[in-house]
Amino acid sequence: MNAAILVSILMTVAAAATPLLLAALGELVVEKSGVLNLGVEGMMLIGAVTAFAVSVTTGSPALGAIASMVTAAAASGIFAALTLGLASNQVATGLALTIFGTGISALAGAPYVGITTTRLGPIFPDALADDPYWRLIFGHSPLVYIALLMTLAVWWFLKHSRSGLILRAVGESDDAAHSIGYPVLKVRALAILFGGAMAGLAGSFYSLVVTPMWAERLTAGRGWIAIALVVFASWRPGRLAAGAYLFGAVITLELQAKAAGLSALAPEFMSSLPYLATIAVLVMISAGRRSIKNAAPACLGKPFRASA
Amino acid sequence: MVLRLEARREPSTLMVFASPAIAVVTTLVVGAALFTLLGYDGIGAVMKIFVEPLFNPYRWQDLLVKAAPLAMIALGLSIGFRANVWNIGAEGQYVVGGLAGTGVALLTYEMSGYWILPAMILAGILGGMAYAAVPAVLKTRFSVNEILSSLMLNYVALQLLYYLTRGPWKDPEGFNFPQTVLFTDWQTLPKVVPGTLIHLGVPIAGVLALVIWFLVVRTVAGFQMRVFGMAPMAARYGGFQESRTVWTAMLIGGGLAGLAGVLEAAGPFGQMTPGFPTGYGYTAIIVAFLGRLHPFGILMAALVLALTYVGGESAQTAIRLPSAAVGVFQAMMLFFLLAADVLVRYRVVNRTTARSQRVSSEPATRNTERAA
Amino acid sequence: MFLTSRRRMIAGALSLAAASALAMPASAQEAFSKPKDQVKAAFVYVGPVGDYGYSFAHDQGRKYLEEKLGDKVKTTFVENVAEGPDTERVLRQLAQDGNDIIFSTSFGFMNPTVKVAKEFPNVAFDHATGYKKNDTNMGIYNSRFYQGRAVLGTIAAMMSKTGKAGYVASFPIPEVVMGIDAFTLAARKVNPDFQVQVVWVNSWYDPAKEADATKALLDQGADVITQHTDSPAPLQVAEERGAVAFGQAWDMSSFAPNAHMTAIVDHWGPYYVEEVQALLDGKWAPRDIWGGMKEDILEMAPFNPKMPDDVKAAAQKVIDETKAGTYEIFTGPIKDQNGELKVKDGEKIPDGDLLKLDWYVEGVKS
Repeated sequence: MNAAILVSILMTVAAAATPLLLAALGELVVEKSGVLNLGVEGMMLIGAVTAFAVSVTTGSPALGAIASMVTAAAASGIFAALTLGLASNQVATGLALTIFGTGISALAGAPYVGITTTRLGPIFPDALADDPYWRLIFGHSPLVYIALLMTLAVWWFLKHSRSGLILRAVGESDDAAHSIGYPVLKVRALAILFGGAMAGLAGSFYSLVVTPMWAERLTAGRGWIAIALVVFASWRPGRLAAGAYLFGAVITLELQAKAAGLSALAPEFMSSLPYLATIAVLVMISAGRRSIKNAAPACLGKPFRASA
Repeated sequence: MVLRLEARREPSTLMVFASPAIAVVTTLVVGAALFTLLGYDGIGAVMKIFVEPLFNPYRWQDLLVKAAPLAMIALGLSIGFRANVWNIGAEGQYVVGGLAGTGVALLTYEMSGYWILPAMILAGILGGMAYAAVPAVLKTRFSVNEILSSLMLNYVALQLLYYLTRGPWKDPEGFNFPQTVLFTDWQTLPKVVPGTLIHLGVPIAGVLALVIWFLVVRTVAGFQMRVFGMAPMAARYGGFQESRTVWTAMLIGGGLAGLAGVLEAAGPFGQMTPGFPTGYGYTAIIVAFLGRLHPFGILMAALVLALTYVGGESAQTAIRLPSAAVGVFQAMMLFFLLAADVLVRYRVVNRTTARSQRVSSEPATRNTERAA
Repeated sequence: MFLTSRRRMIAGALSLAAASALAMPASAQEAFSKPKDQVKAAFVYVGPVGDYGYSFAHDQGRKYLEEKLGDKVKTTFVENVAEGPDTERVLRQLAQDGNDIIFSTSFGFMNPTVKVAKEFPNVAFDHATGYKKNDTNMGIYNSRFYQGRAVLGTIAAMMSKTGKAGYVASFPIPEVVMGIDAFTLAARKVNPDFQVQVVWVNSWYDPAKEADATKALLDQGADVITQHTDSPAPLQVAEERGAVAFGQAWDMSSFAPNAHMTAIVDHWGPYYVEEVQALLDGKWAPRDIWGGMKEDILEMAPFNPKMPDDVKAAAQKVIDETKAGTYEIFTGPIKDQNGELKVKDGEKIPDGDLLKLDWYVEGVKS
């Protein structure tokens, strides 16, 4: 195997990891605020179809990516209104959001089936972006860099910013946070909207970068893997990035091995690997010294309503 | 005038019944408007999906057959939901139940006797229970969130199904297509009404609703489970064990999902194929909520959901409504239901006139555990 | 309350079923032997018509049917139908709605179609890609997709510089295995050392995974990509990487104007016209159709202008000879992957064996 192939493989890993990382970062912030939104897949589909439609209409994939965040965040607004405003059950509302996103994206996307658009390609000059080696650094879609920058930003936000501290407090004990005077519902609403925007951006990666096209159910269940990744990473942004890239690497290397005629693993086993790994990690974390209780936000999935 | 929500002392009995009705009616109105705006025949869509099948006797058996597994799974889940145990792995438990039954069917393929079908059904129930036991162990031994673990296991079950139907369980005479042999007559669920599609699973779902209604409403165990849902601290204080509650909820939920799985396999499918899972496990969560976690409500809700599927197909052929529209209808109905639900636990008051009365105890029903 | 109403519902269903049974014609033959002025035809799809692949192609056939027969046919379709009891319900509903002929277009619809066909002897059923039919009202039809694969294999071997093609495949069912073998046999007629590397993606439709598999194949030395999955993703990757690729089920050149050499086009339209016309004429009877290029069920999309002339000529020759019946790709000698002679010189693999094919020819790596 020569270096150029290695570069190519690493690029594929980054492309496989990026949308998962984007969506999972959003969900991580949502979960840190104490909310479980199972609508990631639906929001990704809404983002994917928006990005493609806007890109086709305006000719600008960048605009498409921005628009994907707007519509997906709007969809997450439904979730926020129901779970926060009306204290509805988060699991049921999230599932409904996924059903909604799957349906509405298929309806809205019908006129866009069978055409393609400009790929949201590299932003650096061709001399760097097309160089067989330098492209490892300069040849990615801008979303790849954005995902990594967002990882840093989310890490800093949660760990070092005051707002991040409040958000974690809200997720750990909403009653306590409320009694100190933090606006629990507002914090959670903002977190949910952020999660929606990130899921939308993740969706746009599929319809603008991986395969510049739209077809029903384009994301093929990646939203659920993103949810799994958040748990796999035990709610830490750094581990999340590592996990997304690890997952991307496993998938890519498995396909490379098959393409080289080497793999003997059952494809069904490979397909269930991310989920098995997530369960294994859940068990390992809690079997170790640190209990899972410390990793998972204490209020995850529980509705909050100030009683006074 | 400022409107605000105020917690009720007691959940409103009126609203318990009225809120699902409000949700369904709102869905019809908003759905008709939305689809008219999108350029479809909105009113026609509502008529085709929600009204016409009710007046076409041919469709009734379809509704019952489609509703039976949904009701069965939702009944099991409702027990857990009442106790704040969030098993969303019913899809996987349904698949494993179907697989366990199929395993027995393949072992007894050459045999005959009335014991075969009950053995399959028993295996299905045990299979679903065993699969639900995994998140139960993880929850009680390692405090792993059961929402996440049971969700992950759904995907694993799916791959197990693919592996078995494409590999060891493939019908040797089946032209290498991934599916098992057709079950024999001894392995097939009998029809309870000759000449129709209505199989044994339909009355079983009805009987189960009665049994669960009795258990939940009348027994100490049911009381214990509900107390856990409402006030976990108080329940612990009263000496009730949380782990026992988790186990009971998961095993009943898994067992009934497994039962639904084996009945579908031995009934309408008559074999095992990769197309076996069709999302019943997820739809049943909607059914459980639409039915307000009450056994009889669940029966009604299962029929309403079945209506959207059956009517959705008519709407496709009659007015060319895309199948995706049915999903949008279902999602809207659930959104409105969850929204209308608030009226059960809260009332809308005018802040300027009525000062809030402090309500010490959290409103009852599900999803309010916060004390831990 | 609930129980009483259910009993009434069942009673109602029973009485109506009895009434409709009385109204049925005396025999199925009678239903199909009387000429009709208009035929109601229904289609059942496993995927969304927006998949731009398998179900899309069937729906194009439906539109072709409407176009050709105009007022004489009325069509409806149901999309996204799950394989199993849902199929059965949809088929039954379509039969009860008064459709004269129902096309059930996916393999997984087979057993439900058999069941429902038995219940509605005066409705014609045609099932695609399966192997069960009856003598009265259920026919089967299938396409010799592999004939198209042979054309692709010929082009692949002539245009490849590395002598290696990548094959993105879904599941090892006979149709897919046949395609892989035909592609490889044709390619090795051009270049006896040609290698075909198969990657199973374990899905019919997963654009991201299909794309990643394509990248892996290109990284591992393939410079031609072909696929037996439904999305245009492999084509798009091939386009980006400057490789050669082919469309699946439909002309997908809009996705990859440079990479797309041609495509196997599922051209179900003419068959649908034949079947409906037979009903109109009162001459319908269940058939077992396994048609290919000759029968016009299979078409090749226009060749890419960028294809060299000699390649065009060679590909066209395969098409012409296939239509004429002189080119039959599954003619011996054929060796399997282990070099063992499976088909003797001059012998052909019979259709019955092809339909359950489960071994790979020499040159396939899977």
